[in-house]
Amino acid sequence: MDTVILLTLTGLGLAALYFLVASGLSLVFGLADVLNFAHGLFLGVGAYATWWAAGNLPGAGSDGFGFVLAVAFGVAAGTLVAVLVELVLIRPLYSRTIEQVLVTVGLSLAGVALLQATWGADARPFPRPEWTRGVTGILGAQVPNGGLLLVIAAVLVLGALLAFLQWTRYGLVIRAGVENREMVTALGIDVRKAFTLVFAIGGAAAALAGALGGVYFGTVSPGQGSSLLIFAFIVVVIGGMGSVVGSAYAAVAVGLLQQFVNYYGTSGLGDICVVGLLAVVLLLRPQGIAGKVATA
Amino acid sequence: MTEPVLTVEDLSVRIAGLHILQGVSFTVAPTGVTVLLGRNGVGKTTTLRAVVGLTPRNGEVRGTVRMGAQSLLARPTYRLVRGGLGYVPEDRCVFAGLTVTENLRLAERRGTIPAYDKVYALFPELERRGRQRAGSLSGGQQQMLAIGRVLLNDNRLLLVDEPTKGLAPKVVTEVAEVLERVAESVPVLLVEQNLAVVRRLAKDAVVLAAGQVAWTGDAQELLLETALTKSLLGVGTGEPHHASGRAAPVGKDAH
Repeated sequence: MDTVILLTLTGLGLAALYFLVASGLSLVFGLADVLNFAHGLFLGVGAYATWWAAGNLPGAGSDGFGFVLAVAFGVAAGTLVAVLVELVLIRPLYSRTIEQVLVTVGLSLAGVALLQATWGADARPFPRPEWTRGVTGILGAQVPNGGLLLVIAAVLVLGALLAFLQWTRYGLVIRAGVENREMVTALGIDVRKAFTLVFAIGGAAAALAGALGGVYFGTVSPGQGSSLLIFAFIVVVIGGMGSVVGSAYAAVAVGLLQQFVNYYGTSGLGDICVVGLLAVVLLLRPQGIAGKVATA
Repeated sequence: MTEPVLTVEDLSVRIAGLHILQGVSFTVAPTGVTVLLGRNGVGKTTTLRAVVGLTPRNGEVRGTVRMGAQSLLARPTYRLVRGGLGYVPEDRCVFAGLTVTENLRLAERRGTIPAYDKVYALFPELERRGRQRAGSLSGGQQQMLAIGRVLLNDNRLLLVDEPTKGLAPKVVTEVAEVLERVAESVPVLLVEQNLAVVRRLAKDAVVLAAGQVAWTGDAQELLLETALTKSLLGVGTGEPHHASGRAAPVGKDAH
């Protein structure tokens, strides 16, 4: 029983990581029809900026408020990069899918290469608050605090995103734009501002995933974003393009499936099962769990 | 003569290599309803979408479109709409996942007071169903929501694309009544297939055939001219009469 609880909670930690990356990816694709392969770069920037800030930014550090400041710096850096990518590279290419894919794939590769060139290809130890190194006893299971932190962060981000989508003017524009972008412009709304905003939100969430993922894994490496991005894409497709709630459900399904199958089966089999789940969803419900609606 | 509210000159639209419109020219009077008629596929919707800047990205638009003295073609859609060009698209295009109130809120503009009183006076049903998802409304209610969204703001011209398409006869009458009232205060360029609605509303008519203007003139006179109506629209109506509009030989549809 302890093992089941432990696997469930660590699976939820993994799901939280996937959700943080996938939620922004899903909104960007749902609203702007941009398949952003550079989304993993935002995660990498967030992770490295947090790592750098913890050691170099005045006031920042690896524990307490210093760590919060370092994470805030990382999130701000990821957000800034996401906004710049949208404004400079993506905006001229809206409705040109192939060019978008080429640019974002290229940017992703260049970003990883840049991180490697700057800080080396090897994984580096990530600054972690003392509390996250420990475990918490839950129903007899000793659960790593790093995973719990991810779950708490993901739940807060989910709540904030839903409140934003439900209660703000821009949230309304995004929900409408996911349904019919053209009609939003036909009501006199400059939908491009919403595109920039969803990139910023996606960048911030991915950067937070980078920072907290560093805490969870204990290290940061240049390729971390790219490897997580594959599962984030799977989560987006299973959850339904443009649906934050769908992404949350799908992330939980993928995280738990991976964790349980990897433990009770062979290591790596969980990843294959996730791809199998994707295939089943695509065959039975191609629009995903929640379809193309930015549900709040 | 009063200045037209909209002037379309030599408008050509090519989409994916196909010439949908070829040198279309017409004007819209500053009052009443001007109806854009023609058989299916002649380019009526394409004309409206070109005017409001919604030609697909793989399309090419040439010519001149002016609202008053202002040139429209180079401007993005949202600016045209903010400038007073209201657009009610074919098939309503309400946001199915949003509530009725949210659909209306979306049309509000910063710095202006939305005319909810006017909209709810025309469509009391929208106020009653404010919390209902737009996707669960009937076709007629969705049409009213689509028109209501546009009427929240002041407009210099309304483009309305087939508002009675697929609606029950009673609802068609209701929609026609609303458009009649709306047209008392703002000119309307209307695409419509229902000739009873055209007869009730339209002052002027522009008939398209094969992507070109085949006839322009008084709408009521056109409807009285059975042979001409039949040749241009494929349906006959009214008594034999000689219409005074201008006919242009266009492809095989113009006789």
